[in-house]
Parts: sequence; C-alpha cells; structure tokens
Amino acid sequence: MKLYSDLEYLKLSKGQKFLYNLRCFFAAIPRWFAKIGIAIGRFFKNLFLGIGRELKDIAMTFVHGDWKTKISYVVMGFGNIARGQILRGLLFLAFEAVFIFYMVTTGVNWLSKLPTLGTVGPHEEYDEILDAYTKVYGDDSFKILLYGVLTIFFIIAFIYTWRMNIKQNQTAEKILATGKPLKSGKDDLRSLVDDSFHKTLLALPLTGILIFTVMPIVFMILVAFTNYDGAHNGFSNNLFTWVGLENFKQLLSFSDGNKVYTAAFGEILTWTLIWAFFATFTNYFLGMFVAMMINKKGIKIKKFWRTVLVLTIAIPQFISLLYVSKMFAQNGIVNGFLKDLGWIKDPLPFWTDPTWARFTVIIVNIWIGIPYLMLIATGILMNIPADLYESAKIDGASGFQQYAHITLPYMLFVTGPYLLTSFTGNMNNFNVIYLLTGGGPDKAWASAAGGSPGQTDLLITWLFKVTTGAESKYYQASVIGIMVFVVMALITVVVYGLLPSNKNEEDFQ
Amino acid sequence: MADLKKLSEKTPENELKKHIGLKASRTIGNTLIYILLIIMTVIWLTPFVCIVLQSFRCESTYIVGYVIPQQWGLDNYKALFQTDFPIWYRNTLITALCVSVLQTVIVLCMSYTLSRFRFKLRKPLMKFMLVLGLFPGMLTMIILYRVLKDLGLTQANAVPGLILVYIASSGMGYYISKGFFDTLPKSLDEAARIDGATRAQVLTKIILPLAKPIVIYTILTAFMGPFGDFVFARYISMNTSKGMNVAVGLWSWLTPDQVQYKYTMFCAGGVLVAIPVTILFLCLQKYYVEGVTGGAVKG
Repeated sequence: MKLYSDLEYLKLSKGQKFLYNLRCFFAAIPRWFAKIGIAIGRFFKNLFLGIGRELKDIAMTFVHGDWKTKISYVVMGFGNIARGQILRGLLFLAFEAVFIFYMVTTGVNWLSKLPTLGTVGPHEEYDEILDAYTKVYGDDSFKILLYGVLTIFFIIAFIYTWRMNIKQNQTAEKILATGKPLKSGKDDLRSLVDDSFHKTLLALPLTGILIFTVMPIVFMILVAFTNYDGAHNGFSNNLFTWVGLENFKQLLSFSDGNKVYTAAFGEILTWTLIWAFFATFTNYFLGMFVAMMINKKGIKIKKFWRTVLVLTIAIPQFISLLYVSKMFAQNGIVNGFLKDLGWIKDPLPFWTDPTWARFTVIIVNIWIGIPYLMLIATGILMNIPADLYESAKIDGASGFQQYAHITLPYMLFVTGPYLLTSFTGNMNNFNVIYLLTGGGPDKAWASAAGGSPGQTDLLITWLFKVTTGAESKYYQASVIGIMVFVVMALITVVVYGLLPSNKNEEDFQ
Repeated sequence: MADLKKLSEKTPENELKKHIGLKASRTIGNTLIYILLIIMTVIWLTPFVCIVLQSFRCESTYIVGYVIPQQWGLDNYKALFQTDFPIWYRNTLITALCVSVLQTVIVLCMSYTLSRFRFKLRKPLMKFMLVLGLFPGMLTMIILYRVLKDLGLTQANAVPGLILVYIASSGMGYYISKGFFDTLPKSLDEAARIDGATRAQVLTKIILPLAKPIVIYTILTAFMGPFGDFVFARYISMNTSKGMNVAVGLWSWLTPDQVQYKYTMFCAGGVLVAIPVTILFLCLQKYYVEGVTGGAVKG
C-alpha cells in the first residue's frame, strides 16, 4: 500500500482522505496481531528471565548468607527472630506451620485426585446389617476441582512468602553490615497507617476479589475442559472428568452432529454485536441531541425537563422494564390504544415476531438509555469553551457546521473510553433483554443447541439459560463465557489502539 | 463583538432584515424544541402514569388494553400483604442498607489507593482488573451458588449470601470514584504530609471531607444496586419465596401461569418499591449528576 507524506495527504479530497484512512485501518490489522504476538512473546521471555534471576538470587543468598539466613531456608522467619524482629518472624513461622498442616491433612489428598477428578462414583454396596444394597457416595468431583484449585493458589502464595522471607534476610544482613538498627515490630505496625497505608487499604478489597472473582473465574475456565453438567454433577449421579478440548471442538466444528450448535452460536454472536452497536450509538447520538436541546439558550425550565428524564434512572430498572414489556404485549396497552384509535385491527406482534421484537428491544433501550447519556453529555458540553462557538459564528458557520466541527469531535474525544465500556456493557446487558423478552420469540431450529435460545437472546442470556433447567450444561456455559471474553478482549484491544484520547492519567492532576 | 457585527453588515435595512430573520428563526427553532420536549415528556412519563393507574384497578387482575380503571380501589395494595411481598421488601431493604455501607467503604479504599499511591504493583493490578472485568460475571455464579449452598447461605437464607456476593467483588467498580480522586490536587496531600500527618490522617482529615459528593454518589448507587439486581438474586434464592428480593418476587408474578391473577398486584408492588427509591434519588440527584458527569468520562 502506498503511504502518503503529510503534504500529499493534505492535497487529497475529502473522499480520498476517507478511503485512505480506511485502507490504513485495514492494512494495520495484521500489524496488531503481530503486536499482540510480540507482546505475549515478550511477556514469557520476561517471565522466564525473571524466574532465572530469582533462582540465581536465591542460590547466591544461600551461599553468601550467614547461618541465620541458611536456617531460614527451612524454618521460615528464623532469621527475623534471631535478629530481633520477633513480630515478622512469628508471622512467617505461623504461615509455614499452617501451610504444612493443611498440606499434610487435606491438601495432598485433593492434589492427588485433581488429575482424575475422582475415581469412585456413587454406587450400590451390600449392607450386612440392613441385608440390602444401599447407595454409597464416593468422590465429589466438584469439591476435588474446587479444593484442588484452592490448594494450588495456596502453594503459589507459600512460594511467594518463602521468597519474601529470604529477601528479608538478605536486606537485614545488608542493613546490619552498615551498622544501622533494623525496624522493630512497632515500626512495622506504624507503617501500616503511614508509608504502607496502601497495603492496609487494599487488603480487604483484594481478598474479596481474589476469593469471589479470580478463583471462580479460574474454576469456570477449568470447567470448560470437563463434562460437568446436570447428568454429571460430580457427586449424586455421575462423576465428571477432564475431556480436553472436546467442548471447544464441538463449538467450532461444522460436522453434522454439531451444526445446530455452531450455527446457533454464530447467529447469537452476530445479534449480540448488532445489538451492542445499535444500543450504544442510538443512545449516544440521541442522548447528545437531547442534551443540546435542553441546554440551548432560551429554553426555559431546564431543570424540569432533566428531572422528567432522570426518572427512568431513579425508578428501579426491573419495574420499568417488566412493565414496558407488558405494555407491548399482544393484549397490552399499546395495542389497545392503537386499536381504539382505529389504526390497526389485529394486535401488532411486538414480542412474537423476530424482527419486531429486535426493533422493539432497541427502541425501549433508547427510552432507558437517553437520560444517562443526556447527563453525561450535559456535563461535557458545558466544558466546551464558548469562544470556539463565538469565533465559528463570526466566520459564518451554520448550526450544523458548528456541531460537526466543534461539538462532535470534542465529545468523541472525551467520551472515547466511555463508548468502549458502553459497547462491552451492552454486549453483556442481561437485564434489558431478559426482562423485556426473556430471549423470545422462540428459535425452534436451535433448541438442540442447548438452553433453547430465542431470537433476541444475547450470548450472556443464552449462557444463563444453559445453566438453568434439567440439562444444566455448565461446561457449555463456560465455553460461551470464554468466547464472550475473547470477543470482548479483541474489541477492547482494537478500539483502544484507535482512541485518540488514550491519554496519560497523570494529566488530570 | 457587537462592533465586529456592525462592520460586516453595512446598510441599516440589511441589518434590520437579518435581525428579524434571526429572531424569527430562533423562535421557530425554540418552538420546535419545546414541542419535541413535550412529546418526550409524555413518552417518558406514560409508563409510570399507567402503572400507577393500573395499580388501582379493581374490576380485573389481568392485562387489559385500557389504562383508566373502571372501578377504583386499594384491593391490590391490600392483597399484597397476604403474600410474601413484605418479606421480599424486607430482604431487599436489609441487603441494600448493608451493601450501601460496606460497598462504599471498599470502593473508597480501592479508588483512593489507586489514585494516590504510587507502588510497584499499581499498574499491573489495574490492568489485571481490566482483564478480569471482561469475563462475564454471571459465569462465577455457578460456583458461588454451590459454595454458598454448602455454607447454608442460599434459598431461605439468601440475604447474607447475597450481601457477601455483592460486596466481595465491589472493589472492581472503582473507576468512577478514582476519576474523582484524580481531580483533587495532590498538593493538598503533600502539604499535610510536610506538616507531619500520616497517610491515614491525610485520608480521614483532608480527603474525605472534600470527597463528600463522591461518597454520597457511591452510597446512592450501592443502595440502588440490590433493588435492581435480578439474576444473582434469582440464582441464590432458587425458587424459595422467603429468600427472594423484590425484583425476583415481582418477576415471578409475571410468568405465564401467574400473570392472569397477579398483574395488577405487580403494578401495586412496583409502585410501593419505586416510591421510596425515587424520592431518595431525586433528593440526591445533584450528587448523582456530579458523579456521572465527572467520573464516568474520566474513568
């Protein structure tokens, strides 16, 4: 592709400039992938180099350290205690004791079962006292997977703490060599509200995120490689086990047996993207338009108009969504009203016809979304320097020109990141779809794909449907979830590279 | 400005014409805007007016095609108290109160730290949470349900379980208040530090009083969250009426086999839920707008 210099570019006509930019955009796509590849490669390179450095450092510390340090390699915290840092030493020692106790009592057991996820399922056993066969429960695959993952987390935490323990010995030796005193337990405690105050503040939130977000996500990613579902619930009927990449193969293969699944996934993904696009941009432009109307000079009772719109934010969404969904029902108010006016004879198929349903969902979403965008746009519009408009007026710019050359670029620049999050947020907009249509109308041919997806189902509502009901294909839900992640990550990476406002956060200060 | 205009428009007639033209076009423009705004007001208010009117309908309980009741009365409101509605209401209120306090503490800790402290793991941590946020949160529900069930915190005991789930991951939603903290000048902190204040004192004595708008914003959104949440609440209460929140409970009245008998009661329940939340929201609207316009964009 021919690249123009700046001067050549300026000579191009508008249409040519547009085409040129478009070509640049597509030509850059392979480069992005290359960039991502390089980034991943660099990550692993740094990782291995880092591990190598750490190992070397650990070995060197052992060779050069004194006897206190050497004992600390086995008895954590020994060096700290021997050098007078009792509090730190005891904490290290306690952690080691807890770790060893846990590993010996249960940890090893879970870890050893992790590769198979249990071997003894529920079975009948002869009971001599009752003189009959009774059901006996064996392993619980779910618990094995859960505690297996927990144990691995714990081991990683232990290795990290052990490394910290060695580092502390190393620094303590260095400090003592210069003749300065070490920090006492009191100093440590005081620094928790001062220099290391961030550790105190982050401790609680990060623990919550680790236990309730990170761990479940790791667990659910692993579930995608098992056959965990309603018929293999791991305990009371059948054990579940590792199946490798089987679930992904099913999704991506076009063989006869899985055609429905693949096709359903493709259709739902397409609709999800269409929905996210329209939901984001209709709201964005209409919201901006409404904000400009209300902010225009000479418009009175601005506060009243805003308050009316803000009502949709104030009233809990589930009420308005459920109510609006019933308003558009076959026998609902909207159809009744239109009939009374004599405009229609038969009720309009708002929720029963696929195309109607998709349109109605987007329209109702505009009703929900405009107020929020109106608030955001109002805030930004007020920040646009007024002299920009004044000078534009003197130059004879029309209202539309002012909009196209001042307002819109400014808005797009400031709200770029917001648009991105709003797009991904809409892809996962469970409430609007599920409460309005419940995913319907039915998509009869796709019922074999699991979870019987409907015409307005997004990936996220499909995921939810898959996990409920008798079949409960958890592994399938997990595969869908991972696909959602992949799609969202791709969009985020691509759009983030395009944003002009990819700016330094320190600029705001 | 005025001089410039005069220079560009030389003849008096020309000036007069332009003046009238401008004024007329402005009046037409404003009238158009008023008409549009009035239409919008009608569209935006219709559902809410309708739901209130229908909650007073006594002659039938199913969906009908007209709005104004033929027979007015409080039957639907009275009927609410024979159902589990008060329990759902209590559940939601308890959840919302607990969550609004705890979530605010967690979000403020998180956002303040990420805005003010510069430590080694800060950037990686923020990137990591960005990536985590790309996973659909619903996925975690499957395992959380099993774990909470083992702990006995589901179904009839859903409230504590739900509170736990809401607040545990709330640290991820730090963006908006971090955006706010970023706008407070750092020189404030530095001045206090030079005067000998510890980091904790800087937070409690200097930053928090200044952060009142964002604190109120966080409390408000945290309080409203449980009122709107549907999917987590439904998952954890698992068809047990005693553990439902209002969203799940009222939703269950609109399922095909219930809607014939419960539709007007749904309207009445909806009104009762919406009134306190709406009043609270409109009272604190100022802070909400500040939070949305300030923080949402800077993110």
